[in-house]
Amino acid sequence: MNERDGQPVVELDDVEVHFEQSGGLFDIFDDPEYVQAVNGVNLEIHENDFVALIGESGCGKTTLGKTAIGIQRPTGGDVRYRGQDVWAAKDGKGDVSIPHDKIRRALQMIHQDPGSSLNPNKTVLKSLSSPLRRWEPEMTTDDREARIHGMLERVGMKPPEDYANRFPHQLSGGEQQRVALIRALLMNPDLILADEAVSALDVSLRVDMMDLLLELQDQFDTSFLFISHNLSNARYMAEKTGGRIGIMYLGEIVEIGTPDEVLGNPQHPYTKVLKWATATLHPDAETVAQPPIREVDVPDPVDPPSGCRFHTRCPEAREVCAERSPELDLVGTSETHRTACYRIDDDHEYWDSPELSDEDDVTLAQIESGGPTESSATDD
Amino acid sequence: MQNPQTTSVRDGTDDTVIEVRDVSVSFDMDRGRSRVLDEMSVDIRRGEILGVVGESGSGKSMFASALLDAVVNPGTVTGEITYYPEPDRPVDLLNLSDAELRRTRWEDISMVFQGAMSSWNPTLTVGNHFKETLDVHDADLEEGMDRARELLSSLYLEPDRVLNSYPHELSGGMKQRALIALALVLEPNVLVMDEPTAALDLLMQRSIIALLDNLKHQYDLTMVFITHDLELVANFADRLAVLYAFQVAEIGPSRDIVLNSRHPYTRALINSTPNLDTPVELMRPIEGDSPDPVNIPEGCSYTSRCPLAEGPCSNIDPDLYEVSETHSTACHHWEQVDDEIPLSLEEVQYYE
Repeated sequence: MNERDGQPVVELDDVEVHFEQSGGLFDIFDDPEYVQAVNGVNLEIHENDFVALIGESGCGKTTLGKTAIGIQRPTGGDVRYRGQDVWAAKDGKGDVSIPHDKIRRALQMIHQDPGSSLNPNKTVLKSLSSPLRRWEPEMTTDDREARIHGMLERVGMKPPEDYANRFPHQLSGGEQQRVALIRALLMNPDLILADEAVSALDVSLRVDMMDLLLELQDQFDTSFLFISHNLSNARYMAEKTGGRIGIMYLGEIVEIGTPDEVLGNPQHPYTKVLKWATATLHPDAETVAQPPIREVDVPDPVDPPSGCRFHTRCPEAREVCAERSPELDLVGTSETHRTACYRIDDDHEYWDSPELSDEDDVTLAQIESGGPTESSATDD
Repeated sequence: MQNPQTTSVRDGTDDTVIEVRDVSVSFDMDRGRSRVLDEMSVDIRRGEILGVVGESGSGKSMFASALLDAVVNPGTVTGEITYYPEPDRPVDLLNLSDAELRRTRWEDISMVFQGAMSSWNPTLTVGNHFKETLDVHDADLEEGMDRARELLSSLYLEPDRVLNSYPHELSGGMKQRALIALALVLEPNVLVMDEPTAALDLLMQRSIIALLDNLKHQYDLTMVFITHDLELVANFADRLAVLYAFQVAEIGPSRDIVLNSRHPYTRALINSTPNLDTPVELMRPIEGDSPDPVNIPEGCSYTSRCPLAEGPCSNIDPDLYEVSETHSTACHHWEQVDDEIPLSLEEVQYYE
């Protein structure tokens, strides 16, 4: 782990993003419901840093990522770029030391689905020229073209003259992803949010794409916030960069640390579930047939469970877990490994707390309809 | 028939439920004839889980469509696919009348396609989908709905709630599980699944796989599980067939395919698959591109990417060589593969 002194590039401070969920036409007189997409997250991303956020669909990882690069306004907490509050800069509030334009350029994104993020009617050259024209208006057409050709070559799309004149549908998925990556890199960003940037690719191409990201990180001194549901990909990137892996569950980071810590010594029961879900190739690896989890489906983020949000699915949950929510605390003597689970503290009252009894063992359907309120007698 | 059986894909047991012989699928295109399945021969054994692994454009989805004679126009299928509902009652799947074909699909061989979301009619409740399916196949409604409830509960779903819901009211994982229940409601012998879990989270994917394993035993099913994700099926399937460029590159018991593969492509695929165990330095991408279906090269289609290519590789397309009674590989140099191409899995360091 590198020394992480100095000012972070991006700093999230107790960030919260709640979306109002508009009801149907007939619900206009009801109180609005809020989806708690992100809840009380603290995260620092440094120069040349790598952070992977892992979790299931709906855990808030994409929302958190978008908040970190300043395209999603948080409903609570602060997002700072090199000390400057991103949204104060946008609104022109207070002393703005870094203009919002500059922040927007410094924080870039590549999308999950590269095909849909490229304009189907524009050639690669046109797609890549427009951001350059906007941000570097003094550049001549020839310089622009030379720069774009250089980048195409660098990501292995040779001959660049040929690729530059193609339309997105004439590119493979991996090539589209490369073009999206170039578009982000042309801005010379400090941080790139890569949202499921490799998951859609064929297995054999993933390592290739990840190697490219690593090479470019080196060349351009960029940090990455890498979002995925796949631990294997996150591990590859985090191990090669000396970065961190953060595990998200229902809007909260429940465990974070180096890959050795999070995968080699997972502390949170949810991390163990994700590890189980990551099938292993080796037939001799110990595999358990059933998931170490009580419920397969994720609870409704409109009405998340009380206490520790994972307690409704957690095989280790005790009564205290349903009442209070654990903080993201350091594990043992590590300075990088944190987890939000009472089980890391040998003296915690958790150990004396009664186990959740079977009546509390809610069924899947009850969770999804809003909580263990209805009796199960009607289900039969 | 005139099949000379130069190479054997037989495996000792005679209990084959579907026999695929020299099946090709081709499309005529402006640029020429595109072969998207090339003389493929496979035996699917009764009661097994056969994993079919291939990358995009390897022909794996065509294989699924061919099994149900569901290749869309203007594609043409040649070869033979024989289904054995019982060991000595062959049914020629490619020459059924429309009515027979309709009955065979669902009642004998059922299928779950990629993208569960589009398989549902948004204006019908899930329950109505079940009723309609039972009705079209003249099945006993009450008995069928009881079975539907039983299937849904064994997939961790709450039957009444799911049956009364419209598809959009269910999450992706729930819809996918309901679709599997629907595919099984007529008690088919064979369930063919084409990337049934691809759009889902890993946790849901693995949970569904665990459930499929239970279902297989409960309902005495044969399963064909088609995926690009070797990691997902390696520990679940009894046997694996690795497809490369519209043909079977290698087929055998899963353990042999993962730990003792004798095809350079299989080894490259395993070495390139990100996983939690292999040291990251040993994970390698596969160099080069897979061939264009219009211009399949003469000889072995893996030649341009293969470190062992020499001699016959450039002009003789390898048949399947027998590595053992149960394990076959389409590589002229299969005997050198083990020495020449190390497997990164051998260096596994377990986290724990």
